[in-house]
Amino acid sequence: MDLMSLTAVELGKKIKAGEISVKEAVKAAYKRIDALEPEINAFVTLDKENALKRAEEVQKLIDDGTLDGPLAGVPVAIKDNMCTKGLLTTCSSKILDNFVPPYTSEAVLNLEKAGAIILGKTNMDEFAMGSTTETSYYGETKNPWNTNHVPGGSSGGSAAAVAAHECPYALGSDTGGSIRQPSSYCGVVGMKPTYGTVSRYGLIAYGSSLDQIGPIAKDVIDCAAILEAIASYDKKDSTSMDRRIYAPPEPEKEGSQENQKPRGYDFMSALVDDVKGMKIGIPRDYFGDGLDPEVKEAVLNAAKVLEEKGAIVEEFDLSLVEYAIPAYYVIASAEASSNLARFDGVKYGYRTEEFTDLHNMYKKSRSEGFGPEVKRRIMLGSFVLSSGYYDAYYLKALRTKALIKKAFDTAFQEYDVLLGPAAPTTAPKLGDSLSDPIKMYLGDIYTVSVNLAGLPGISLPCGRDKKGLPIGLQLIGDCFEEKKIIRAAYAFEQTRTYECCDFAKKEVF
Amino acid sequence: MAQKQYETVIGLEVHVELATKTKIFCSCSTEFGGEPNTHTCPVCTGMPGSLPVLNKQVVEYAMAVGLATNCEITQYNRFDRKNYFYPDNPQNYQISQLYLPICRNGYVEIETEDGKKKIGIHEIHMEEDAGKLVHDPWEDCSFVDFNRSGVPLIEIVSEPDMRSAEEVIAYLEKLRMTIQYLGASDCKLQEGSMRADVNLSVREVGASEFGTRTEMKNLNSFKAIARAIEGERERQIELIEEGQPVIQETRRWDDNKEYSYAMRSKEDAQDYRYFPEPDLAPVIISQKWIDIVQAKQPEFREAKMTRYQEEFGLPEYDTEIITSYKHLADLFEAAEAICHKPKEVSNWIMGETMRLAKEYELEPEKISFSPEHLAKIIEMVDAGEINRKVAKNVFQKVFTENVDPEEYVEKNGLKSVSDEGALRGVIEEIVAKNPQSVEDYRAGKKKAMGFLVGQTMKAMQGKADPAIVNQILKEILEG
Repeated sequence: MDLMSLTAVELGKKIKAGEISVKEAVKAAYKRIDALEPEINAFVTLDKENALKRAEEVQKLIDDGTLDGPLAGVPVAIKDNMCTKGLLTTCSSKILDNFVPPYTSEAVLNLEKAGAIILGKTNMDEFAMGSTTETSYYGETKNPWNTNHVPGGSSGGSAAAVAAHECPYALGSDTGGSIRQPSSYCGVVGMKPTYGTVSRYGLIAYGSSLDQIGPIAKDVIDCAAILEAIASYDKKDSTSMDRRIYAPPEPEKEGSQENQKPRGYDFMSALVDDVKGMKIGIPRDYFGDGLDPEVKEAVLNAAKVLEEKGAIVEEFDLSLVEYAIPAYYVIASAEASSNLARFDGVKYGYRTEEFTDLHNMYKKSRSEGFGPEVKRRIMLGSFVLSSGYYDAYYLKALRTKALIKKAFDTAFQEYDVLLGPAAPTTAPKLGDSLSDPIKMYLGDIYTVSVNLAGLPGISLPCGRDKKGLPIGLQLIGDCFEEKKIIRAAYAFEQTRTYECCDFAKKEVF
Repeated sequence: MAQKQYETVIGLEVHVELATKTKIFCSCSTEFGGEPNTHTCPVCTGMPGSLPVLNKQVVEYAMAVGLATNCEITQYNRFDRKNYFYPDNPQNYQISQLYLPICRNGYVEIETEDGKKKIGIHEIHMEEDAGKLVHDPWEDCSFVDFNRSGVPLIEIVSEPDMRSAEEVIAYLEKLRMTIQYLGASDCKLQEGSMRADVNLSVREVGASEFGTRTEMKNLNSFKAIARAIEGERERQIELIEEGQPVIQETRRWDDNKEYSYAMRSKEDAQDYRYFPEPDLAPVIISQKWIDIVQAKQPEFREAKMTRYQEEFGLPEYDTEIITSYKHLADLFEAAEAICHKPKEVSNWIMGETMRLAKEYELEPEKISFSPEHLAKIIEMVDAGEINRKVAKNVFQKVFTENVDPEEYVEKNGLKSVSDEGALRGVIEEIVAKNPQSVEDYRAGKKKAMGFLVGQTMKAMQGKADPAIVNQILKEILEG
């Protein structure tokens, strides 16, 4: 049996039981990475030497009982937009080709505290701008289910690495669907928590008011365990929320008895196979034009399965769905145009070789350092913020955002969980999306509104299309109601057997 | 041809560096100096992924200044990003406040020739300072020092209510004094902890519309401000008289050449693409917080002047000087509390203290002797332990080295000799040596007495009690 076919929690148990060593787990991961990377290209940077060194340190801490969490000793891959001290962090951009951060992001620090071993940094769309991982400066990542197809994006490297069993789990980030959509395309489970749950400190910002870090893993159990490890109230991030205060009170005791996580952070306690009486709303607006019939069928089937398990499933009109994409692209691009201004060739990163003066240096460094999609969004963002257009675009987008939040608030007065597809189609072919960016943007239709409203969402496999490509089911919860979607997702997952791609089954020597 | 009369219309934008220990959005020190880039961290150097966290003290200082200048406090505050590229600005945006500044609609009162005048304050907002560029002429390159990057600033924007350089200086002095009294900043123009940009236009007296204004930067002293206002007024009047338009632009004052030159005009003014800072939560200021800050407001200058006159019977002139810096007022109050001789303390501060400060080119805030030592000198003089001349010398030592006056007098044997027996011997000797003076005195030239006193003091190395010397001399000469 290949160790990388285990889930993170399963692997953690074996390590804890002493059946295998941390080093063996790390070596098993690199063995597969070395064998599969030429075809998948999920990683930008590997950190073998340090990972093996750290494996020994973590092993000691496990042996002496200091580390005993579910992820102790389990290797992980980190999306390349999270700062890692001493380890190249590129955002898959030429402009950060040489950037070695002097500090580690809070989410990664939290994982390290839980005993994780960082294998390396995964490929992504440049600065998380894209839905295919094709805008990376380091080449596109391929979908392990079919290497002629994209893995989705922007966390495509993380999703592909998990799907190909190159690593037990990975971290991604989600600004408009960048965890959920690639998870859907790659047949893995990905979760975007409520805004403010995972610290953004050290996450290289794309759209600050929308960005959230989250797990990508093989199953819902892993997602809950990883979220418990990375979620924290961080005073270094002013948008971080103390979930002990904000999480809704729960009278009933459920799930694992030995859970020591505080209220609001005890995600694993929601791993209960019971959805009786749970009210699930299906937004009709998510099943209109543009939705692939095969995806539609698989998602509605999933709803039926949950209904059969005792959930009350109803269709309803969410409204405003068509405004989510324009609002999202205005807000995210506006913030990005400012967030990315710091990449100027002055302090770190790429600087053009020849220049005549300061402004020429700025212009050439940025022109040569950024790829076309990033430039497009910087220009769009600068435009919507410029005087004379601010009210018509940016302010209007903010108002739309507030209205979308209100529509969700209304829905959650009625329903515990909303159910729909994660993406309108399965993974497109390489090259198909970039030729038509508007079409690519429209592919985010079911995910962006969740970011605009700050809600948690999870994507998990619910079938495959005729081409054999995975289809993702999305469950959306109200703010701080992760446990409801974890519970629904877990219950649904119990009705299925884990499917993996041929690449994952591939034996490596 | 009758000369047209022009009126100058001036508004100020004043930047004040706040005296917090740490920066506005990170915990780096704000201390001045330090090797380049030693007071820095990922936040204030604009590292990717770093995030700002607001220093609450900045809000409190800004509120205190706002309350002291009769502003309304904005209870729902937000920060905004001001986007522009410059190497001293590590994120290429400055976190500032555009849409919801913390203070609005205030005023301060200044004294003018025609009496009191209110200068309106349009707004006060909080923002971060930039780093510093150091050009290396040999290598033909520039270095960036981010030690100042993220030091908290408030910008105080006045209404265009001032009409002369004198009013501008009075307004600035008033702001400086108020802010110093609050301890919110040391407000030094030379060191840049207070910076003023002057917006100026001229119009014919009686005109209802304002003229086109220019903004003048790089004004590093009150004198430079006065000269720049005069220069710009003349420049604009000349343009108008020649029938040429005044162009709305930013100009840089060169105080050496006493001339300003255009930096940029309105046409190429940057679009800062302001938008709400998404990395910071809104700052909600409760009425309770406002009340707490209000309750902590110190006694300001006017109140002190009045109180000193009423409580201590000091002349208005004295109170004006000793309250001109909070530090002087603090010194006064502390020394007075010990020796209970307000007029004496006031005299020492107005006289010797100010004289020595000038001599040593020390700014009044930097005066560092302890009030206990001044009080002791006053008590020693009063007790006749030292005479005034000795006291002045001792005070100089106190001023420069903060020595304990009692110990110093003891160690250097400066105590007044008031032992009549010892003095009488010395004086008799002097009288015997100077028969001419004795004769002069007895002939009615009373001035001769002074000479004999001087000779005695000289012989006593200044340590004699002059009152007793006078008394003994009189006895001998007249007896």
